[in-house]
Amino acid sequence: MIPLQIVALALVALGAPLVVLTRDPLRQALVNGIYGVSLVCLFVVLEAPDPALSMLAVSGIGYPLVIVAAVARVRARDRGREDE
Amino acid sequence: MTRRTRVVVLAPALVGLGALFAWAIAGLPAFGDYRGPYGYVLNRIVVPLRHTTNVVMGTNFDVRGVDTMGEEFILYAAVVGVTLLLREETKGRRVERRTQRLRSDTVRLGGVLMVAAGFLVGIWLMAFGYITPGGGFQGGVVAAGAILCIFLVGSHRDYRPFRNEHAFDPLEAVGTGGYVVVGLTALVSGSAFLTNLFGYGTTGTLRSSGSIAVLNWAAAIAVTFAVLLLFAEFLETYDRPLAPEDT
Repeated sequence: MIPLQIVALALVALGAPLVVLTRDPLRQALVNGIYGVSLVCLFVVLEAPDPALSMLAVSGIGYPLVIVAAVARVRARDRGREDE
Repeated sequence: MTRRTRVVVLAPALVGLGALFAWAIAGLPAFGDYRGPYGYVLNRIVVPLRHTTNVVMGTNFDVRGVDTMGEEFILYAAVVGVTLLLREETKGRRVERRTQRLRSDTVRLGGVLMVAAGFLVGIWLMAFGYITPGGGFQGGVVAAGAILCIFLVGSHRDYRPFRNEHAFDPLEAVGTGGYVVVGLTALVSGSAFLTNLFGYGTTGTLRSSGSIAVLNWAAAIAVTFAVLLLFAEFLETYDRPLAPEDT
């Protein structure tokens, strides 16, 4: 394992618990996006550009949108309940 | 169940799982030690046989083409599922929303440039998928994501053309079905399902790899419109636009 791979792996190992430990879902979506970028770095360092591109597209675009949409919907529902 | 009972149940399970996990990790091959023959075989045969310089694409769309067809239909089924689940609730709520725009010109300019740049990168990933890393799936998601930026820097009204389900539903079906049609064409012409037809062309150019190129474009169309349909359904769940001054 070359030093670059160790650094990339360490970043991933550091990022994963950060995602879990973030309590606010909205902030968690953001932290998860950054964690996704660290995974992209790992894939690139391990010479796997195709999964890196997939990961970039999914973790940077698709997944945050789904989370943010879900959060927006739940908050809107909570607000609706308070109004009643 | 009290907290104490839960811990009592959990502790042995965790210990057992930890032991099995450690055992499994200890038995793994060393880092970078690849034993399977398939990777070596594919690396050797795909470029000379199919004239595809991106071996991953040659594998996905030719050697293992039927699997990829299954994956296309998984995405198709996922979009259909999301649409069916969310449509019922969002149907009656399709009111015209207030048009909210970002106040910062810098953010809007940057966002508009991102739409253009992202879309270009998406098209490039699709077109050169079988030559350089990329392909229909990645390119499709990137292109759809670039289009989503129109919603982020513009408004609901700017994004409305990209929520047109009546136009996108058939296009997604054309992409997904196109894959099957290419496979059936091979079957009709007397060879096996998904046999590579249309000549292999010159290695390293856009006119290479035979039907891999066609399948790649079919996947690109299917994924782009599938993701746009997903976005459309999810954006319907917002009660209000994402513009910051509206919070």
